[in-house]
Amino acid sequence: MSVNYGSKRVVTGAHYGLRDWLAQRITAALMVIFTLILLAKVLLVSGPLGYEGWAGVFAPQWMKALTFAVFLALAYHVWVGIRDIWMDYVKPAGLRLALHVFTIVWLLSCLGWAVQVLWRL
Amino acid sequence: MTELTRKRPEFRNINAFKDLTTYRMAAAAWVSILHRASGGLMFLLLPLIVWLFDTSVSSEISYERFTSAFQVGVGFVPGWLFKLVVLSIIWAYLHHLIAGVRHLYMDATHSVSKQFGRSSAIVTLVLSIGLTVVLGAKLFGLY
Repeated sequence: MSVNYGSKRVVTGAHYGLRDWLAQRITAALMVIFTLILLAKVLLVSGPLGYEGWAGVFAPQWMKALTFAVFLALAYHVWVGIRDIWMDYVKPAGLRLALHVFTIVWLLSCLGWAVQVLWRL
Repeated sequence: MTELTRKRPEFRNINAFKDLTTYRMAAAAWVSILHRASGGLMFLLLPLIVWLFDTSVSSEISYERFTSAFQVGVGFVPGWLFKLVVLSIIWAYLHHLIAGVRHLYMDATHSVSKQFGRSSAIVTLVLSIGLTVVLGAKLFGLY
């Protein structure tokens, strides 16, 4: 077993893992449902979509709220997946910490931008 | 340990260049590594994906820029290269979604036999690559 007590505690780990395992699946199911809703809205438009049709999909307040929740779900889902990749392939703890920070900054930046787009419609 | 204990067999990590290139991967193995790879690809292209959302939805003018990016390109990127990158995002999303649903199905029904692993993996690959080809043909104006 690895030495990870006392001064050898590792912050770049998965702790119990069960919460993230379940969260990845729940966020995945939510995103699949959202994809189906989006697909239905786009396919049920008669004629070419155009800007009006496309922007109109995100106009109702409930759709903005749901899309916002899905963006958050995506960020958590991606975090768990990419963190697992770093954990599998990057052994040095210092390098992995740096990659974790990069991942979180990357994700939060994209999330902020996407939410900004959603709310200036 | 004393000298009387026999030397235990050692199992080291595989060598990517020597072993991975010579293994014959099962269908489920392909689905699995492509699930990870497609996730990683979408992570790296996430800013582009947000940009696609931004330009398509913000205004009529930005929507014009969005559609023209697929025809004449944007910045220094020609239209056909732009379409190719978007097609890779389409494939990544399709594969990741279908392989993910396969995971969820196996979690819920406990269908973890080797046969089901193989058959569901083949269905995943056929569906995801098939849909990519269909959507790619539409993207490149073949119909």
